[in-house]
Amino acid sequence: MAKTYEPIATNTLGSAAASVTFSSIPATYTDLVLVQVSKITTGAGTGTLQINGDTASNYSNTFLTGNGSTATSTRNSSTVIFTGDASNSDLQTSIYNFQNYSNTTTFKTVILRSNVTGSSLSAVVGLYRSTAAITSILISQNASTTFIAGSTFTLYGIKSA
Amino acid sequence: MPILGIMASSTSGASAVGNFDSIASASGTGSSGTITFSSIPTTFTHLQIRGIGRTTATGAADTTLRMRVNGYTSAYPLHRILGNGTAASAYGATTEVYFQDVVDVATNSATSNVMGAFIIDILDYANTNKFKTFRALSGTDNNGGGTIIFGSGLYSQTTAITSITLEANGQNWTTTSNFALYGIK
Repeated sequence: MAKTYEPIATNTLGSAAASVTFSSIPATYTDLVLVQVSKITTGAGTGTLQINGDTASNYSNTFLTGNGSTATSTRNSSTVIFTGDASNSDLQTSIYNFQNYSNTTTFKTVILRSNVTGSSLSAVVGLYRSTAAITSILISQNASTTFIAGSTFTLYGIKSA
Repeated sequence: MPILGIMASSTSGASAVGNFDSIASASGTGSSGTITFSSIPTTFTHLQIRGIGRTTATGAADTTLRMRVNGYTSAYPLHRILGNGTAASAYGATTEVYFQDVVDVATNSATSNVMGAFIIDILDYANTNKFKTFRALSGTDNNGGGTIIFGSGLYSQTTAITSITLEANGQNWTTTSNFALYGIK
């Protein structure tokens, strides 16, 4: 029986890095799942997502977050996809789902949930306004900070019948 | 690091094969509003439905997917936490006759090519000693509008789940809509 859910690539940072990129992603799966377990080197930040090296304003997102006392929702249009809070004291764990990432008919929607232990829980829907198949994914921070060494990023592929 | 009980299936080695299996998939036709997964085997522990959806509705840019299991038409208790880009809200109901208003998909009033995305987990679906719990993460972003939802629901029967219908809230699924059912051991 062929594997349905399998790892494509993993990146455990050997030293601090400003971003992590998965490239040459094969188009042979139905969905992609990216699992991130990380901290940043200074203060607090917010992760961002870039697809296919596209630096134009083709991204937007709707954000829902709770911090233990209040729940809020925000939106970013024609900017970037924000992917959740980051911290230098607590782990950020995020699971991104890129649904039907390789079809060339629709824009790409990513849904993810992200936690920073002890401070926040978020859910995000992001839109990449392109019909191109996703072949590369870049995870970074919008602040002047970096992911610490030991942060892990693993990309999986899921194949439907 | 097992997450949702599924990541363990992706570890290397022979034991990884067959722990997260594709059961069936379907696409919208543009002329039908119902996707049905039937004759679901009871050989897995959990089910997961993953997909992208867009209905032929007009008006709002997004709408709800409606789910039923085993053709059950009585109440599905449910809760959700929703963000619409400006505010977060919570909602619960005990008398909904679908698992609805907790899974968001796009409509034909959204920008062309925009799709909603969703993941629905159905936990311990074949267990005949307890009721079945659903949970979902879904959302649609339309660059200037959108909805993100955490949802949960209950099938208040001990019967194993052998069929699932996914309805386009009274409209049809576009041909760009795709649905996939997976079993997790």
